[in-house]
Amino acid sequence: MSSPFTLNWADDSHDLEKTNSQFDSLTPDYLKHPHKTGTTLMAASYDGGIMIAADTRTSTGTYVAGRLTDKLTKLTDKIYCCRSGSSADTQALAAIVKYHLSFYEEEIGEPASVGVAANIFRDLIYQYKYSLTAGIIVAGWDKRDGGQIYQITLGGMLKRLPVAFGGSGSVFIMGYVDSTFKPNMTRQECRDFLVKGITLAIHRDGSSGGCARLATINESGVEREDVTYDELPPLI
Amino acid sequence: MSSALLPPFPEPGFSFENVERNVSLVKKGFKPPKFTSTGTTVAAAIFDGGIIIGTDKRASAGTIVANKNTNKIHKISNNIAFGGAGTAADCDQMEKMVRAHVELHRLNSGKQVPVCVALTKITQHLFRYQGHIQCALIVGGVDKFGYHLHHVYPHGSSSEVLFEAMGSGSLAAISHLELNYKQNMNLDEAKLLIRNAILAGVENDLASGNGIDLCIITPSGMEHLVDYEIPVAFV
Repeated sequence: MSSPFTLNWADDSHDLEKTNSQFDSLTPDYLKHPHKTGTTLMAASYDGGIMIAADTRTSTGTYVAGRLTDKLTKLTDKIYCCRSGSSADTQALAAIVKYHLSFYEEEIGEPASVGVAANIFRDLIYQYKYSLTAGIIVAGWDKRDGGQIYQITLGGMLKRLPVAFGGSGSVFIMGYVDSTFKPNMTRQECRDFLVKGITLAIHRDGSSGGCARLATINESGVEREDVTYDELPPLI
Repeated sequence: MSSALLPPFPEPGFSFENVERNVSLVKKGFKPPKFTSTGTTVAAAIFDGGIIIGTDKRASAGTIVANKNTNKIHKISNNIAFGGAGTAADCDQMEKMVRAHVELHRLNSGKQVPVCVALTKITQHLFRYQGHIQCALIVGGVDKFGYHLHHVYPHGSSSEVLFEAMGSGSLAAISHLELNYKQNMNLDEAKLLIRNAILAGVENDLASGNGIDLCIITPSGMEHLVDYEIPVAFV
């Protein structure tokens, strides 16, 4: 096992992914690839608030490094984010944004709005776009605008959407979301819509897997639900 | 403003100024030195009475065994320790840095330091260096909040786990843990589980071997079992 630094002296880059060593077989996967949350994320608004969902797999190359990961991360009492991309980057980002929000809430003396949380993420991701790999969905509920979903792309673009999906598994459910999502669903309809979407992606995307985790955010607070693999809806 | 009397502060962090020189040296046929790294098997689990961490004892430089009696269990404080895989020097320096930080925290607060303090220090430090510090760690400890076990990867991501294996022998070790781990094991069961997991790494991974160390952390203290068992075959 040797350092990527040593290995890459011969070619002009220090890219961790490139190795050409005779000791390649001794280099474990986790040193060759940064941790990725090869992920499926979904968020949708329903008549009383919003719901978010994610799978639970963390991968390092082809190795499953975590099978019960929680990618729905709490930022404030009523704002959550869904993380995809490099797990080191998104964990660090979420911790920073969480700090900013708690400081901001102390200053203004009331809960932060969802847009503020999303814009802090957007600021950081845009500013550090060349060193970060982070696809984030920010979702939550505030008094002024009710339930809201914001998506921040890898390049740092922010967009408010009624329904959002992200991560490597999202490509497999684009058609499903476009054809199935409708505004003002009931909470149960919305829940089933999300669980089905995550299930479809888990079965078609190698880097998504495990169970489905959900969170419902509305005026009365946050409710979490975990759906184990054997409870996922059957596919034909 | 700098002068001979008042030299400028050096830039913080790693210096990469020799990279171009090294590239040209390699092109001229210079063989760069190898890093001594702990091609390792580390395994750890939560059991009924606390945390158990186990490691093998081999450090390798390529296919050469650089050290046959390596300590890969790094003690941070009376209640926190980590098992380290990756570059040996990086793990040792990480232990020094975190131990100093945790001890200062203990002296400032006058309380036992929670595991999350050490964990946060480690992940923030690793993230700052963007994966150049090659430590893959299993951080374990006992504090007033309970028993904690976290894995940490070189880029600074971390996750809480019940059991985990790390290093080049982790594939063999994790399969043993996945099959045989139970919740609420007693100490003897846990020792046997981790011993067998490390042994799986020692037997199946050529970068692991030369013996087994165990570390047991309970609310009453930390016990470090050096050479818990030397395998009959020195694989």
